[in-house]
Amino acid sequence: MNNENPLWALISTFGLMSLFAVGGAAAAVPEMHRIAVDVHHWMTDKQFADAYAIAQLSPGPNVLIVTLIGYAVAGIPGALAATLAMCLPTALVAYYVSRLLNRPSQSRWPALIQAALVPLSIGLMAASALILAQSTDRTIAAVLLTAVVAVVASISRINPLWLLLAGGLLGFAGIV
Amino acid sequence: MSPDSAPAAQEPDIPAAQVQPPGLLALFLAFARMSLAGFGGVLVFARRAIVEQHRCMTADEFNETFALCHFLPGPNIVNLSMVFGARLRGIAGGIAAFAGLLLPPTLIMTVLAIIYARFGNVEVLSRILAGISCAAVGLLIAVVFRMMTPLLKRMEPIALLLMLGVFLAIGVVRLPLQAVLLVAIPVSIGATFLLRRKVAA
Repeated sequence: MNNENPLWALISTFGLMSLFAVGGAAAAVPEMHRIAVDVHHWMTDKQFADAYAIAQLSPGPNVLIVTLIGYAVAGIPGALAATLAMCLPTALVAYYVSRLLNRPSQSRWPALIQAALVPLSIGLMAASALILAQSTDRTIAAVLLTAVVAVVASISRINPLWLLLAGGLLGFAGIV
Repeated sequence: MSPDSAPAAQEPDIPAAQVQPPGLLALFLAFARMSLAGFGGVLVFARRAIVEQHRCMTADEFNETFALCHFLPGPNIVNLSMVFGARLRGIAGGIAAFAGLLLPPTLIMTVLAIIYARFGNVEVLSRILAGISCAAVGLLIAVVFRMMTPLLKRMEPIALLLMLGVFLAIGVVRLPLQAVLLVAIPVSIGATFLLRRKVAA
């Protein structure tokens, strides 16, 4: 990547990544982590985990974690460049494809491709969870909190925001 | 990306064509509102607004549009805003919906980024964020679990193997996404195609 101009590095990184992000934003988290932490050293492991938490806690699509990464790299221009690079190319692809397939239900290919992508995107999301857990769950209390939230969110329909706030409170109290 | 990925088709199908399509500003505002209401994922709110409140699409049309956006790469809900806006008002409508969805939360996120850059090392804030991170990972695990259940119930060995393979390659070995997907996508599509042909025959 071009290290001299961080904006171009952001645009090319996220523009390319978005085209490979099958299964949405959560599936792209491992690749974001790999590039932002391991390849370019834009952020530390802790900063990345914090960015993920902030993106989850804030309104709007969760993909906006790229806004935080972009800001860490190049300030406000970086935040905007990363967001647009991640969102605009695929939105335009979606626009053209939807015009091509005016009635998507008539072809069996969209359904087949979608079915084929499901296990891959679940695998990607599980990888996201593992990578994030490795940087956040460093104490037994933290592991317990993650496990309890996972169970509660799996078996109830409670608004996720309450669970995030509960996590924040426990953090504030110094328990995790 | 969220447990609500498969919207249920329960509402009566009201013909959408009779309703006057909303203007560009209305599209922008509608998507801005659902974006800001959608903590932890916008899809539920988008579906409620598009199908139930505005009746711009029938439940089936929404599912078709969503399926299309799901099999395309990129953030689904962002793709959906573009496709949806464009269906109602052409490319300008698509851009209006896209901007409505992204502009307000991007501004909020930028402000949060500035605050984090200045105060992220303050001990209290750092502790709070650590707690939120733990909970956020728990939520992600729950989503993975929910999405995995139908796969486990059907016991498709190839799908489960592919899922495990992608998890190990990306999560444990930390291979680059492109390389893994360039192998996994053709294999998965091929396997699905062969399986379905065998079932049909």
